Amino acid sequence: MNHQLLMSILILSPFVGFLINGFRYKKHSANLAGTIATAAAAISFLSAILLFIDLLGMPAESRKISVSFFDWITVADFKVKAGFLVDQISAVMILIVTGVGSLIHLFSVGYMHHDKGVAKYFAYLNLFLFNMLLLVLGDNLLVMFVGWEGVGLCSYLLIGFWFTDKEKAAAGMKAFITNRIGDAAFLLGMFVLFLTFGTLTFSEINALIPQSPETSWLGAITIGTLFLFIGATGKSAQIPLYVWLPDAMAGPTPVSALIHAATMVTAGVYMIIRLNPLFLMAPNTLMVIAIIGALTAVMAASIGLTQWDIKKVLAYSTVSQLGYMFLACGVGAFGAALFHLMTHAFFKALMFLGSGSVIHAMHEEQDIRKMGGLKKYLPITHFTFFLGWVAIIGMPPFAGFFSKDEILWMSFHSPLGHVGLWALGAIGATMTAFYMTRLMALTFWGKSRVPKDVHPHESPAVMTIPLIVLGILSVIGGWIGIPHVIGSILPGHPENIWEHWLSPVIKAVPNLGHAEASQEWLLMGVSVTLAAASAALAYHFYVQDPEKPKRFAAAMGKFYEVVYNKYFVDEGYFAWIINPLVRTSKNIWFYVDVNFIDKATYVLSDIVRGGGQFVRVLQNGNIQQYALYIAIGIVTTLAFVLMR
Amino acid sequence: MILSAVVFLPIVFALVIAFWPNKSTLKPLAFGFAIIEFLLSLGIFKYFDPATANLQMVEQYVWIERFGISYFLGIDGISLWLVLLTTFLTPIVLLGSWTSIDQKLKGFLASVFVLQTAMIGTFLAMDAIFFYLFWELSLVPMYFMIGIWGGQRRIYATIKFFIYTMIGSVLMLVAIIYMMFLTKDVVGHMSASLLDFYKLNIPFVGGQFFSLQTLLFFAFALAFAIKVPVFPFHTWLPDAHVEAPTPGSVILAGVMLKMGTYGLMRWTIPLFPEAADYWGWLFMLVGAIGIVYGALVAMVQPDIKKLVAYSSVSHMGYILLGLFAFNQFGATGGLYQMLNHGISTGALFLLVGMIYERTHSREISKYGGLAGVLPIFTICFFIITLSSIAVPMTNGFVGEFLILLGTYKADKPFAFIAVTGVVLGAVYMLWMFKKVFFGEKGELVADEHHPLHDLNSREIAVLVPMIIMVFWMGLFPNHFLDYTKASIDHLVNNKNNYELTYQPTNQSSITETQSLQVGSTGVRQ
Repeated sequence: MNHQLLMSILILSPFVGFLINGFRYKKHSANLAGTIATAAAAISFLSAILLFIDLLGMPAESRKISVSFFDWITVADFKVKAGFLVDQISAVMILIVTGVGSLIHLFSVGYMHHDKGVAKYFAYLNLFLFNMLLLVLGDNLLVMFVGWEGVGLCSYLLIGFWFTDKEKAAAGMKAFITNRIGDAAFLLGMFVLFLTFGTLTFSEINALIPQSPETSWLGAITIGTLFLFIGATGKSAQIPLYVWLPDAMAGPTPVSALIHAATMVTAGVYMIIRLNPLFLMAPNTLMVIAIIGALTAVMAASIGLTQWDIKKVLAYSTVSQLGYMFLACGVGAFGAALFHLMTHAFFKALMFLGSGSVIHAMHEEQDIRKMGGLKKYLPITHFTFFLGWVAIIGMPPFAGFFSKDEILWMSFHSPLGHVGLWALGAIGATMTAFYMTRLMALTFWGKSRVPKDVHPHESPAVMTIPLIVLGILSVIGGWIGIPHVIGSILPGHPENIWEHWLSPVIKAVPNLGHAEASQEWLLMGVSVTLAAASAALAYHFYVQDPEKPKRFAAAMGKFYEVVYNKYFVDEGYFAWIINPLVRTSKNIWFYVDVNFIDKATYVLSDIVRGGGQFVRVLQNGNIQQYALYIAIGIVTTLAFVLMR
Repeated sequence: MILSAVVFLPIVFALVIAFWPNKSTLKPLAFGFAIIEFLLSLGIFKYFDPATANLQMVEQYVWIERFGISYFLGIDGISLWLVLLTTFLTPIVLLGSWTSIDQKLKGFLASVFVLQTAMIGTFLAMDAIFFYLFWELSLVPMYFMIGIWGGQRRIYATIKFFIYTMIGSVLMLVAIIYMMFLTKDVVGHMSASLLDFYKLNIPFVGGQFFSLQTLLFFAFALAFAIKVPVFPFHTWLPDAHVEAPTPGSVILAGVMLKMGTYGLMRWTIPLFPEAADYWGWLFMLVGAIGIVYGALVAMVQPDIKKLVAYSSVSHMGYILLGLFAFNQFGATGGLYQMLNHGISTGALFLLVGMIYERTHSREISKYGGLAGVLPIFTICFFIITLSSIAVPMTNGFVGEFLILLGTYKADKPFAFIAVTGVVLGAVYMLWMFKKVFFGEKGELVADEHHPLHDLNSREIAVLVPMIIMVFWMGLFPNHFLDYTKASIDHLVNNKNNYELTYQPTNQSSITETQSLQVGSTGVRQ
């Protein structure tokens, strides 16, 4: 089919869905609204598949479908088209976005069934999909930025979906504003790149990149990429701008699955992968990215160890997993980052939807202390969640194992990596295994702590089908990226399809040494063993001896308090940034505007009035005096003119 | 002839309205007039050639020969959209104030039309004295609008408004007269034509404030800066806005503030290029300060209208920054932002007016939970909010992006200051939005004796054109920028020896007097 048409359908289908549901925002029928929205998403998914098939049919080196609709902004040499590009990277993304998106739309039909604003909900969800597609497909930074801000906007609307609750509305606002800080940096990054390369189009930037890496911290590429990375820390919830994501859990749970786990929050990673040849030329930036990513991975995982809200645990887990993706980018393993992005989209969307199913069953209860033993009541949810659990803690042969292992291996092996980065990654993975097992145990296993008046029940098929599909993907999703070292011992020697697919668009890390198979096996063994041991420990703590964690937490004392309170980062931001800013604003309004500028004006007008009194005295009707004034005037004027 | 018609038709309308016998048909009549004026102004496109930077559709007649003052109208890419903004907003304002203004209706409608003439005249007049007349004329109807139909502290606000703007314009008049004397040496006779002013080569001494070009520069710049208003001359604006009736606020923010930025772009910068270069940092500095300052102060306002007024200060700071970046991006963005601000802030004032009509309060703390009660109003308000905080695909983004790009290219530190406005803008708007529309119902919203009704069809008709413009200008900026491109390129590329020429169409009026062959120099190219 015609690519232009296909691309239009891909992008506009959710937008049409948004318009339809937007105009019937008062309607309450979840089935109809949900069908419209899900159909819109599914049509998009279909177009994405068709484009993907077309892409497969092309020779590997020239796989590229680019469509340009119109010139968007043209000022002097600044020319930006509304252009869209499907290549190996964005093809993966559109499949994830529309595929996982469709499943989550479907799930929402069941989840939001009783909500009055259901038409509005689906309108926003479709609008989000539209913006996410703009972000992913844009062939230049500015169109990407349109989607970038657009998804932030939808995130704002959906987090604050139940806006009558002040807290939820505030969470939405926090998300938007924190993202805006990143967006401001993104803008600056665009300025730097435009003034350096004279274009914002990815293909043109990537073609103009210098041959050798930039070593200076003040070089244009380093500065530009650093700005873009700050933008990414906003959208993808990294230190120091991650604070909005846990609060974003105020939104409906499918939204958390779609926006705050599978798609939007990965936008920062995607942007870096998109510009991978550029970032490779800025090793300083990459170092920052790797460090921030690794620290975020560990920090968020540690908070995840202590949380009691099922969604908060998953939220910190998401922050942590995003940290891994940045770590991968930072060590130059962009392919591994995209790989983990994909598998994470599967298993984290699965777990969020699973938590939605649990919350649904528990009548809006999110505290895992009030759950336990739910396995009995929610067999499908439990089983699929189980698959997500083994995937995220990195047990072979589930999806997360392959992607995470690749990241850990590269953070050690890459010339841009460091053993310290690997260690942080391994610690994070160990923690991940612990808090995820803890979540599993407290929710599904052990004794039931469900209050008596709650009668949990399995969710309807419309909700379990997406779970099952995502469950399958969490199992097999990693098999397209089997590392050589494992592939070589498997029957049939499966190739690393993933690496092969991406190789034309992902630049290899320069000076990558030869991989010692034994070393790779050793590291793999260490991280899997750590994870397994940690999971077993958590099982012991939370199923076999449920009193132990309390004693343990008590023994940790203050330290536990600090972690439990998320290192008091939010409080710090309030105390040191937000409150002083508001106070300053009030002060400058009061002192500068009201009391200084205005007062000065009054003084001035008093002087004028005083001057008026003086002039009135002069105008006394005495003609001789008038003549004198005229004479003085003439003399003064003459003097002034002559002496010039 | 079309420019004269566009400028003076509103005054004719004002006269007709003044003598119209039937009070009940006044509103539809005025609205019809405003539509006619708008359609007429669309006729400009028929003659407008976007490819040239020349002055177009020129009409020049001798007025006072001795001083070289002429009736001189002309249009180019810089003034085109501002004229259309004016004619576009007027019918919207009239429709928007359909029910809010009932006292002394005749006077009000006549004021609106007189004001329209004054504003369009300001944008089109190419003779300094002629320009000055329109410039001052615009004060009078606005003075009455705030003073008669305004709020409780209206007298205070009008006087403040009047004094502030008068101080600036008096200095400008002095400068204009001085420059008319200067033209003697260059064109051989006294002339008030802006085109002759452009030819002046006024000596400039850097580092010395009391030198001719610098003084003239500041005399002009001050008048315009007060009108914009530029920090620290902005304190008249919040008061004027809060006391003004809705239509007054819309016109004030929508068009009148642009007279200041237009003046800088048309008069100050090209007339005194060296001084503008030398002192450009100062204007970029106050522009950047204005962005942050306006945003911070807007953030803590308890009154919605005052918040919007301070947001204007912030937005106008962007325009200033763009204009003094002296590159295509900044200038284009600045001009575009003038239109954006007219649309978004105009619409914000209309929306605030609509809710004020329902509750008679603008206190943010008394609202809350409006979204559940007035969904259509909420949607409209939200879309305009997006435009105001420059979310992509709305008009605001294009302007803000270009300005910031231009600023970054010209002077990075100012771009770093200004870019915080991107964040702060979202902070004050969304914070207000949250307090007014989200959360539990506030006392005014929950009041059962006064149930609130959502927008009626008239109000929707007022807002729909604005919303269409928000997206049209956001998605297809080239539709608009194509018309401004030639003029802006000309201005930016030839700033230091800027000249405007035109193809005389009305031979008879020019050849009458030797002394007024102003445009003949550039005819044969």
